[in-house]
Amino acid sequence: MSTAAIEQLVNQPYKHGFVTDIESDTAAKGLSEDTIRFISAKKKEPEWLLEFRLKAYRHWLTMAVPAWSTVHYPQIDFQNISYYSAPKAKKLKSMDEVDPELLRTFEKLGVPMNERAALAGVAVDVIFDSVSVATTYKQKLADVGIIFGSISEAVRDHPDLVRKYMGSVVPAGDNFYAALNSAVFTDGSFCYIPKGVKCPMELSTYFRINTQDSGQFERTLIIAEDGASVSYLEGCTAPKFDTNQLHAAVVELVALDNADIKYSTVQNWYAGDEKGVGGIYNFVTKRGLCKGVNSRISWTQVETGSAITWKYPSCVLRGDNSVGEFYSVALTNHYQQADTGTKMIHLGKNTRSTIISKGISAGHSNNSYRGLVRIAPTAAGARNYSQCDSMLIGAKCSANTFPYIDVRNPSGKVEHEATTSKIGEDQLFYFQQRGIGAEEAVSMIINGFCKEVFQQLPMEFAVEATKLLGLKLEGSVG
Amino acid sequence: MINSNAKTMLEIRGLTATVAGVTILKGIDLTVRAGEVHAIMGPNGSGKSTLAKVLAGHPAYEVTGGSVLFEGKDLFALTAEARARAGLFLGFQYPVEIPGVSNSSFLRLAYNTVQGARGKDELDPLEFDDYVREKMKQLEMSAEFLDRSVNDGFSGGEKKRNEILQMAILEPHLAILDETDSGLDIDALRIVAGGVNKLLTADNACVLVTHYQRLLNYITPDYVHVMEGGRIIKTGDKALALELEARGYDWLLDAKAAA
Repeated sequence: MSTAAIEQLVNQPYKHGFVTDIESDTAAKGLSEDTIRFISAKKKEPEWLLEFRLKAYRHWLTMAVPAWSTVHYPQIDFQNISYYSAPKAKKLKSMDEVDPELLRTFEKLGVPMNERAALAGVAVDVIFDSVSVATTYKQKLADVGIIFGSISEAVRDHPDLVRKYMGSVVPAGDNFYAALNSAVFTDGSFCYIPKGVKCPMELSTYFRINTQDSGQFERTLIIAEDGASVSYLEGCTAPKFDTNQLHAAVVELVALDNADIKYSTVQNWYAGDEKGVGGIYNFVTKRGLCKGVNSRISWTQVETGSAITWKYPSCVLRGDNSVGEFYSVALTNHYQQADTGTKMIHLGKNTRSTIISKGISAGHSNNSYRGLVRIAPTAAGARNYSQCDSMLIGAKCSANTFPYIDVRNPSGKVEHEATTSKIGEDQLFYFQQRGIGAEEAVSMIINGFCKEVFQQLPMEFAVEATKLLGLKLEGSVG
Repeated sequence: MINSNAKTMLEIRGLTATVAGVTILKGIDLTVRAGEVHAIMGPNGSGKSTLAKVLAGHPAYEVTGGSVLFEGKDLFALTAEARARAGLFLGFQYPVEIPGVSNSSFLRLAYNTVQGARGKDELDPLEFDDYVREKMKQLEMSAEFLDRSVNDGFSGGEKKRNEILQMAILEPHLAILDETDSGLDIDALRIVAGGVNKLLTADNACVLVTHYQRLLNYITPDYVHVMEGGRIIKTGDKALALELEARGYDWLLDAKAAA
């Protein structure tokens, strides 16, 4: 197989490219304090939240678009975006009331809702554009005191919790896109696990961007009280569009004493066509705070979509003996750009962190790992292990590794390993000479390369992720 | 063992091939029948390994002329994987390392793919484990090779043994072994050669590409061909290999130049 044929391996059209026809209740384009008041009023929010938004907006106005990463994209016209869009039918009592068109969409995407969700033991808080349409399993969770639903509902039903924790991990003015999100977020998920409760099932949210040109500003907040534990799954896919869609989410996790939060993502948003036209801009701020002693936050992500991914799920290890983990597979193809990694901020004593990052680049794509490990003067005995591996498919892609290490305590221990490999003609030929076709060979090599990360995923997600990578690389070897 | 009535496994006529625009094979003619062992010898750069790779369908080489029939079928009409499924096996001179892919899953996938193409039943992981362990015993390979990544961190000798293990598993009709003896110590050479001998039957055939006569002490060739400058310049029997061992290649090249 020639190099050209290898490059062909990724020319698989996006399978989820369709637009669901549902009337949207969309705000006029543009961003101003009036827009924010419109969103807040539309959502019947309390005054403090409007203030939170306005403060964030005013701060955002003073900020500049970050220019330090390797990603390149045309300037975004923030006045040319609609900041609110909601399906008209909402607040449904049962699945029967859900718009059949919407159900068919989920069907096409393979979202395990209705009976299948029950059988799979997955509670799905479905986000369709910006408003939660249906929540399953809420009652079962409520029986053990777990609150799981949309953030709008949480603002209404549990305002004290939301007020206490929102912005406590990612402050409203944290960065340009986090500030924008804080000003205009429309909905997202909220999850609260009370003291000592182990969440009896994996919690799952499927995000889907649907309305053309509507920015998506999701906000997720997960709180695990003392001794609580939860595994949260986030899966994404989006329909095909020619214009770029901005997505700037904020995810905040708070783990108190002895609490454990595992957050897994499989992301497959529309990445643009093979020439690099269209696709989602994904500028996300994800951060977890290990607030209590012996707490643990683990991020696992499989990033395969979006035209641009700019995302650094991080852990602030404040509690003594707390643990932060980051397991990542980022696959880029065609003209995709990914600048992703993590930050591990060690503040408490004997805090530990592990970073395993696997970058796969194909086509003309650019895939960067950017990570920061900081060991503060207070973090005696802190340890970090980082491993960043890159794999290149074809000759026109690139991979970079930017590890930043900042150790301010002499007892801190930081290890960093990095490798770069290439799926070459000779490797593929070896498989072919044993009768194995090139596509199967690539999929086998990639799955082997990503094994350490896939092992961290919940079972059904691991299967999905394996399939997804295979799908993404289908047709690229011919 | 020569039997002129045996089925023709490989028929090469006037084969020419280039790599990166440079002509390496300049007209090869070779016939291999079932039951035969052919040794191809010759100095470095004479085109021996190129011939092996061209037959197996390596993408870097371009066939520019001639024809090859493999068991009567046009070899060049088949993709590399189709050639493998049809029973053509190449033992690599430098087997590649494939980190992260376990040897056992690789071997099983290869086995099941080739079996499937032959219309035979595939083996599930447990059945295959029994099958492969038996084959490994014959090659005096430790079972720990199954859990390691394909060739990853293997010594030169271990890689070559892994090649012969694959040959044993896939049961090819025609095996081309490209310098399988290089990098082997004398014990490993004995084991590998013993493995090859066990696999040879009246229905299959083997082409050994080698620099050294010593392999031929263990695997007796029916024909010895000497390649030079992209052509076969002399064909003989085992005695030719012994003569080359004693006299080197120069006398042959001189004779060719004089002719």
